[in-house]
Parts: sequence; structure tokens; C-alpha cells
Amino acid sequence: MLNPSEAKRIIEAALLASPEPVSLPELKRLFEDQIGPDTLRRLLGELREEWSGRAIELVNLAGGWRFQTKPELQPFLERLNPEKPPRYSRAVMETLAIIAYRQPVSRGDIEDIRGVAVSAQIIQTLESRGWIDVVGHRDTPGRPALYATTQSFLNDLGLISLQELPPLEEVARTLELEPSPSPAQAEPGQPAAE
Amino acid sequence: MIEAAGAAAHPVFVAANVVRIYGEPLAEMPTDLYIPPDALEVMLEAFQGPLDLLLYLIRKQNLNILDIPMASLTRQYLEYVDLMRAKNLELAAEYLVMAAMLIEIKSRMLLPRPATVEEAENDPRAELVRRLLEYERMKLAAQKLDQMPQLGRDLLAVVAYVERTTAERLPDVHPRDLAEAWRSLLQRARLHAHHKVSREELSVREHMSRILRQLKEHRVLEFREMFDPARGVAVLVVTLLALLELARETLIEITQSGSFAPIYARIAHAQSV
Repeated sequence: MLNPSEAKRIIEAALLASPEPVSLPELKRLFEDQIGPDTLRRLLGELREEWSGRAIELVNLAGGWRFQTKPELQPFLERLNPEKPPRYSRAVMETLAIIAYRQPVSRGDIEDIRGVAVSAQIIQTLESRGWIDVVGHRDTPGRPALYATTQSFLNDLGLISLQELPPLEEVARTLELEPSPSPAQAEPGQPAAE
Repeated sequence: MIEAAGAAAHPVFVAANVVRIYGEPLAEMPTDLYIPPDALEVMLEAFQGPLDLLLYLIRKQNLNILDIPMASLTRQYLEYVDLMRAKNLELAAEYLVMAAMLIEIKSRMLLPRPATVEEAENDPRAELVRRLLEYERMKLAAQKLDQMPQLGRDLLAVVAYVERTTAERLPDVHPRDLAEAWRSLLQRARLHAHHKVSREELSVREHMSRILRQLKEHRVLEFREMFDPARGVAVLVVTLLALLELARETLIEITQSGSFAPIYARIAHAQSV
């Protein structure tokens, strides 16, 4: 039987060899299911401890465990590759935030919140990044697609689950007005038409 | 600028000449009501839509979002929209829809509320406020998301180099394969060498003919003259074999006058004549 340090070396090699996070079931397969999830988690914890203080850290994500460089070193690494990855526009980030916090949402829902049309390009940017996908269709006329964030989104932002998203800021909770949208929503179309 | 008109919802606005804000008399005009026009031009394009613009106006002036002064907000909003049109900025239709909505809300607030209707308690601004708050929440959330370390932008996944099964699978080569290849190469060379020798053996007859032709021309040749060391050991051997065979078949005579004296070869005349 393997001793713990041997098992740790094997886990370490498997994680370093994979560009994607490695899940617990996959790690179990390394040992032909001879090591239980609790032991694996303990070994992973020890491994993370052993790597602390190095330029590379072991992190736990939605898709499993991954070795990654520390963000504070990125400015140096970027000097090797001066072509910086572009930042997403505000429109893209706001759309992403709405999908992340209000999922599943249709394009119409996003437009309601942002108050402007959501271009196909914005959706496509997020889809091709693999951060959102269509999880279903709302049963209304036109059957609009419903978008949700993916596991890739969580992995790429260093999250285990959506619960870890930063909490929404309550801008002004003490709303004296009854949030009953029906009367205000029913009529605005008429004066606007004139 | 300031909502001085008495709306039904604000019975405090009764005095004709005193400007009041939320019941407080206002002594002088606030100075921070407008954005400098130059700065405005730059930022007009940066607005994400009418809600973003409205939020900007509200937050910039520290207006109470729960008690929006509709008249002044609407007027400022329309000024911005006019400015955008004047600057020939591509004005999204949403801006005009919002303008209509603001005017509609404003006018409804001016109308006396029918006391008997149950829904009279509803503030016409409620839906607008709800939307503004929700948009602001998402806007702030987007900023926070953008600040989170992002794979590819702020950090990189670490991958040690390993041969990928997904990539084109190339054959593995071990040192022992090399040794094996070398051995078979040697073996073939040996076979080849053997083959060459056998060819030389077969060509003993060929050398016999050559020697006979030489002797026909020169009559007598010294033993040494019939060998060409430059052509290699194999040829030397074959040449010797050819000489011996010629001698055995008594086609030539090999003579030597004494020990260590030169050996001569000549055509065996006696028999042929």
C-alpha cells in the first residue's frame, strides 16, 4: 500500500500535468479508488500547505483542484508577453453580473435590468469564453433562451460555487414605496406614443 | 432644478415664494447641479443606457433615490438627450422611451389622486425606482466581478509539460531501441560483408581469366606484380586462390630460383604447344 507521501507525489504530478482543474473522482482513479475522498482531501490540504509561500498555489475550485500562478506575479509575467489580454467592456461585465446573480435569465430580462438592448455580440463574447450557456427556454411566446453561468466561469474566477460571489450591495433597502410594478408598468406606453 | 411645484404627494409645498426641498427651505441655489459641458461630451458615450445616465444624475447630485424630484431630473435628463442628439451621437431608442416615461411619471404626479381608488397609494415613481436600484446593484456587482482575479488575465493555470494523448501520439523511443537498431545494422553489415566475400569467391574464375590475360601479354610476371593491395584483402585472397587454381589446373607455371628469391609466373607453354 502507498504511504501518504507517495500518494501526495502522485496527486501532485496529476495536478501539475493537467491544465484543467482535477476533480476528486478523477484523483480517486489515480489510486484505483483505494483512497477515500476524506483522505484525498486531507492530502490535498497538506499539499496546498506545502506549496504555500511559493510562486504557485494550489486552489480548490468548482471543477476540482488546480495549480496556478499567484495574481501578484502577473505584472511580471506579462512582460514576457506584452500583448495584454483585453478587459471586458462594462456592457459585457454588467451582462455577466446579471446572468451570474439572477440566473437563469433571458435576454429580455437582461435588457429590462440594463435598460438597453443587449447585443448578440455581448452574449457571444461570454458564450465563446465558456462562461455562460443556454440552460433552457422560457415557456412564453418566442421561447426565449435562458442563460446561466457555467462551471468554467466559477473555475476562471477562482470560485467553488455561486455562493462565493461577492454579495450584492443593498443600495437603499428602506424603500418606502411599495415595490408593486403593475400600475406603473401598465400605462407608460400611452403617453409615450403621443 | 428644484421641484417647487406642489404635488399631491407633497403637501409641504404650499408657500408660493419659498423654495423647499423635502420640506426644508432652500436659501441659495446648489452649485453642483450640472456637469461642466466639456466633461459631459467625453462621458456621454460612456453611459450604458438611460438608467445609467439617470443614476449618474441622481448620484452626482446626492438626490434621494427614494424621493426623486421628477421635474428637475426629467429636465436634466432631456437636456442630456438633446445634447447627445446635437453631438450626433448615435442615440439609442431606449433613451427616448425613458424620456417619455419620465414625462409620464412627472405628469401623473401632478394629477390629483382619486381618493377612492385603492391603488392610489402607489407612487408613480415606484417602478422607476425599483429599476434604478436593481440596475445599480448589478452595476456594482459587475465592478466587483471585474476586480476578481481572472484566469488568463490575472493568473495562469500551471501545467507541467507532459505528452498529451490528445496531441498526435508519437512513438516512444528508449535507449534500448537505439541499441537494437544498431545491432541489426551491424548484422546487416556483416551479412553484406559476407556477401561481398562470396562474390569475390565466385569471382576466382574471373581473376583466373585476368591473370591469364596478363600473362599472355607479359609472358612472365613477378608474383608481386599480380597483386593489387589497394583493392583490399579480399581481392588479394581471391587473386592468390586464382593463382593456385591456375597452377593446379597446370595452366601456369610458378617458379622460384631459390628461397626468398622472386617468384615468377608464366603460361605453361610446354603443354599448350
